[in-house]
Amino acid sequence: MAKTDTKAKALDRRGLTDEQLRQMFRNMLLQRQLDNRGFQLNRQGKVPFALGSEGHEALQAGAAMAFERGKDILAPYYRDLGLALGIGLTPYEIMLSIFARAADHNGGRQFPNHYSSKAAGLMSFSSILAAHIPHAVGAAYAIKYRGEAGRAVLVTCGDGTTSEGEWHESMNFAAVHKLPLVMLVENNEWAISTPLDKQMGQPEIWKRAAGYGMPGKRFNGFDPIETYEAVKEALDRARSGGGPSIIEGHCYRFLAHSTDDNDMTYRTKELVAEARKNDPVPAFEHRLIEAGVMNAADVEALRKDVLRETNEATDKAEAMPYPQASDLYTHLYEGAWQPWQ
Amino acid sequence: MAVSTTGSKILNNVEAVRETLYEAMKNDDRTVILGEDVGARGNVFLITKDFINEFGAQRVIDTPIAEASIVGIAVGMAMEGLRPIAEIQFADFIYPAFNQIVGEAAKTRYRSNGEYTCPLVIRTPYGGGVRGALSHSVSIEALFYHVPGLKIVAPAFPADIKGLLNAAIDDPDPVLFLEHKKTYRLIKGEVPEGHYTIPLGKADVKKAGTQLTVVSYGLYVHWALDAAKQLEAEGLSVEVIDLRSIRPMDRTTILQSVEKTRKLLIIHEDNKFGGIGAEISAMVAEEALFSLDAPIRRLCAPDVPAMGYAEPLEHEYMSSPAKMAEAMREMVKF
Repeated sequence: MAKTDTKAKALDRRGLTDEQLRQMFRNMLLQRQLDNRGFQLNRQGKVPFALGSEGHEALQAGAAMAFERGKDILAPYYRDLGLALGIGLTPYEIMLSIFARAADHNGGRQFPNHYSSKAAGLMSFSSILAAHIPHAVGAAYAIKYRGEAGRAVLVTCGDGTTSEGEWHESMNFAAVHKLPLVMLVENNEWAISTPLDKQMGQPEIWKRAAGYGMPGKRFNGFDPIETYEAVKEALDRARSGGGPSIIEGHCYRFLAHSTDDNDMTYRTKELVAEARKNDPVPAFEHRLIEAGVMNAADVEALRKDVLRETNEATDKAEAMPYPQASDLYTHLYEGAWQPWQ
Repeated sequence: MAVSTTGSKILNNVEAVRETLYEAMKNDDRTVILGEDVGARGNVFLITKDFINEFGAQRVIDTPIAEASIVGIAVGMAMEGLRPIAEIQFADFIYPAFNQIVGEAAKTRYRSNGEYTCPLVIRTPYGGGVRGALSHSVSIEALFYHVPGLKIVAPAFPADIKGLLNAAIDDPDPVLFLEHKKTYRLIKGEVPEGHYTIPLGKADVKKAGTQLTVVSYGLYVHWALDAAKQLEAEGLSVEVIDLRSIRPMDRTTILQSVEKTRKLLIIHEDNKFGGIGAEISAMVAEEALFSLDAPIRRLCAPDVPAMGYAEPLEHEYMSSPAKMAEAMREMVKF
């Protein structure tokens, strides 16, 4: 478990401005609010499914701050709400995905949290773990092939995905070609019900980087500033021709895998409560207040604003129409299609 | 390569693939080729020999031995604006890439509601008759033709290869391009010069006839033509259709022929159960049952995993012009 030692040191902001610190904190609050909203809507019977990323807030807010909009490409996985928000997707877009409305980027075809936005540089992905990692490698190859200096691909996954063969194949290829790629592993200790010690014999994933001949680093994923610094360092290296790296942020999955999972069948309340003692959201709030970046009234105002934005996004998305039945048949290939011609 | 005076030249199937790939690399610098041994070795059949010298290692990529990521990386390249041509060294090795083809390439456009596309060609040599044993001789088309989002092509003649490979490369969606190994150097023919395409999904009547329709593709088209010529000497008239494309498939050409001959024999090298012939049979039964004067018949591989290495095992698995001629005779005389 990662520990966030907040009281012992003053805020080491690593070049981040007050405004950037507040943006990261706002992102974290918004993640938690939207996460809760998805679960609430599911319990209300309004949506069939929701996925949460509680525990990943700091990691994703910090990583998103290191992402350069309009240049970098993000190849995320399905527990990356904060990264999607942090690179420019709006709560309304998130809610369209949760409600599976026609105006959703995927047209209501995919599960929630399977974001896609060409405008934001967010690559479409499926639910099949690690399948997106070679796509990120291909995108990084395209960037390097075209000589587009200053661009990089940020690809993410959980700890569970690092057991897939395509994860290894992708790291190997990226290393051979020194591609502008950052493999960001969000280690939350759980692959649905399977804990780390059943997933791998050596639980420090970042150490595998040495085996591929690339830099590796581990950081505290409960600390958005430390995360920002680690991701920025790796992205800067990738953008400037220094090749790929594997960085591992340690966090925790506070919620069940999804609304269809009951995590009390494989872990205890006490275990989760222990992890929650290091909840990154109140911890960062405390640090910002302590450092004078925000005061309690600012935080309260921000909370209200985030709730307002979530409510507005919820209402607006819910009022939007579903896709038509006839939309089942579109965008299979370019143009009209019949298997028989 | 012999050059004729009519704006065409005689090429074998390997040369047709090679020439088409070469022109694609010349014409569009978004095109890259990636696969096992495609660079320094120039592909195990020498299809891309010397490409690496002319186009560079950045565009002719010798990959690690990792089929899932060969296809997966190509998908990512395609999503981000390149026009990759991925090679799976032998079709038998495509299984590790199954998810990348079925779960990813075929669904990229669909799952993103058209925001992302996957203009990708996956080439692979398939088929038997070359003593390829269990793992260098399989036919894979039936595993993939069930999948919406893919297109599958399996041409058998050099001119068709060039036209269809050009069409596959130009296509905005993923295409699985199957090349029958035994035809690589066995089959020669005239190939027009310059860039031309043949639309995906169009079959071709390779021999006109009146008493029986034979539908086939790949090596077996050539053997079916040999058999049909034998029957012609016996006064029996067989029409031979080369499907060329498996997905989409040309219903019109098949039905027009069946309406004329009133009998249908489907011949393919892949297994019978759940194969391409099953779909064609069902389609003809749905669309033209009362035009038929005989039950539809399928001449296909037996229900075993693949052909054995030992000569009698391969021989038993494969059909032959003689076996085809016998089936044709029975059908015509039915």
